[in-house]
Amino acid sequence: MDKKKIITTYDFLKGRGISRRDFMKFCGIMGSMLGLKASGVEQVVDAFMTKPRIPVIWEHFQECTCCSESFVRCSHPIIQDVLLEMISLDYDDTIMAAAGQQALDVQKASMKENYGNYILLVEGAVPLGNPGFCTLGGNSALDVLVEDARGAKAIIAWGNCASSGCIQHAKPNPTDAQPIHKIIKGKPIVNVQGCPPIADVMAGVITYILTFDKLPELDQQLRPKVFYGRRIHDTCYRRPCYDAGLFVQSFDDENAKKGYCLYYMGCKGPNTFNSCAVIKWNLGVSYPIQSGHGCIGCAEPNFWDYEPLYKHIPYTYGFGVESNADKIGAGLAGIALGGVIAHAIATNMRKHKMIKGDMGEDYSINQEDTEKTLSNISEQVEKIKENENDLDSDEKEQK
Amino acid sequence: MIQRSPSLREVYVWELPVRIFHWTNAIAIVGLCITGYIIGNPPAIQHATAPVDNYWFGIVRFIHFVCAMLFIINFLVRIYWFFAGNSFARWFNYIPISKKQWRGIKETLKIDIMLLSPKPIYDIGHNPLAATTYGGLFLIMFLQSITGMMMYAPQSNAFWAPFFQKMLIFFNGFFVVRTFHHWLMWAFILFAIVHIYLVFYHDYIEKNGIASSMIGGWKFIPRAIVEDYIAEENAKTNLKRLKREYFLSKIFRRRKRLDSQAIKPDTENNQS
Repeated sequence: MDKKKIITTYDFLKGRGISRRDFMKFCGIMGSMLGLKASGVEQVVDAFMTKPRIPVIWEHFQECTCCSESFVRCSHPIIQDVLLEMISLDYDDTIMAAAGQQALDVQKASMKENYGNYILLVEGAVPLGNPGFCTLGGNSALDVLVEDARGAKAIIAWGNCASSGCIQHAKPNPTDAQPIHKIIKGKPIVNVQGCPPIADVMAGVITYILTFDKLPELDQQLRPKVFYGRRIHDTCYRRPCYDAGLFVQSFDDENAKKGYCLYYMGCKGPNTFNSCAVIKWNLGVSYPIQSGHGCIGCAEPNFWDYEPLYKHIPYTYGFGVESNADKIGAGLAGIALGGVIAHAIATNMRKHKMIKGDMGEDYSINQEDTEKTLSNISEQVEKIKENENDLDSDEKEQK
Repeated sequence: MIQRSPSLREVYVWELPVRIFHWTNAIAIVGLCITGYIIGNPPAIQHATAPVDNYWFGIVRFIHFVCAMLFIINFLVRIYWFFAGNSFARWFNYIPISKKQWRGIKETLKIDIMLLSPKPIYDIGHNPLAATTYGGLFLIMFLQSITGMMMYAPQSNAFWAPFFQKMLIFFNGFFVVRTFHHWLMWAFILFAIVHIYLVFYHDYIEKNGIASSMIGGWKFIPRAIVEDYIAEENAKTNLKRLKREYFLSKIFRRRKRLDSQAIKPDTENNQS
């Protein structure tokens, strides 16, 4: 290894004809996205010019490849070029030229050579229900994941599938799909949430790991705090409309044209930690809310289970179609009111004597209870006295 | 003029902190339920004005947060009073552990809820069934405070906010917590309906001034019931004293015995 010249990312970029100026631009973008100061950007430049490229194994399990699609469509053409050169993508069955046994051989060779150094990128959930639900080259997804994870320095779980199961994990979860952090223990794992995650966020996470040789600061769901520390709601440009109570009532009304808040239309922005409203998508052109559609909350675990997407209060299952907390609550309140009225009428009939004051002084129920309580207490008192006598006699015997 | 002359005694049941807690809690819950429902289901108010000129939804949320703070601080004071209050306000009332409480729950269910017997049943403080329900209410209040704090945390700079934000993310985020919070609101509404009805019921049939007791603190209880209650309390304190004395004497004697045993081998050694 030491005799070989270290091939850095910068060397690769030069070979691809990317100018020094463009390279510095890329480092600047990454640095600002990670919230680094000017000296931090220097560190990024330094890392790209001196450190060897990170060997990467990219696995696909139960998923739709939208994370890969997002990854190769980074917001800036330079980022796109750099990203694919930044890492030494040794195995990615979707975009690599090799196929079949040849591809698997490449993967095995890379894993052997870089044992303990490579980063495992996982896209998709792993079905535990039956290995037949997802197999790669004749091996079940679970076996492949465990095998790959053994020599990995760290695991990055791309997207909602790998981070929390996404739609395959939604009720009733027929394949028993589970996210990576539920299966692999004892390895550093980063969940890069979203369906798909924002490409720039994916680039940012990899840049951070390459630059600082450690994982970014994570929250309780193992998401990088830099990108998942704030809600879409709190960074949304339509937030003033929310506070003013200006809501879109239907997608074709005047308010929708004016660009009012989509809260009423079931926007899950208030529920979702992500940086869509800051970084945006597709060359920074827009993000769902800006395009007039509410957020569906794709960066939150189990977001599919809180349907419908176009209502704020989710359905409650087991009480009929389209029932939610408010409908059931109002129904129960109605039943309670009815019960109370019925009880009041029954009381007037059953307790008629008492209401009229004809019962006299009948305390029999309370007196029975008091008798029971008192006899219970006196029993206990007697027991204690017996025990005390025993103690006394014991003492006498000893003497 | 209709009159009745049972021999009654006035009993001071609800101390001032309990009464203040009750009404503050009632006001806070009403405010929270109304604003909370509006936050969940915003009414369709059409404006011709720009967002800069309006802030009504923000104000609704502001009222919700103010009521929430009131609710939580009030609750904390009540938790203190669980340990400092009189025997009707103490914590053990709200957890059915003793046999007497279970007997009371059964009797209350039979007489007041199912109306199986025309006979009356009297209680000075809470009846055991009501007290158990309040225990449930305190639990719901606790959960509602925690889930509310969790959702408030991301927009707060307070020193406790990071703690609740961590908790929020630990419990799988807003989707779960918000839905749970919304469900619990209905638990409060259902409780309020039944609670208010039962106050009317007891005041109507037992004529013990239960409704006004939450203002003045005094209830009118038949003399025989009060005397029984006092007898029970005296017996209980007596039992407690005996238990303590027995426990102490047991320890004392055990030590004496151990001491005497410890000396014996020593003396034997000296003799030999």
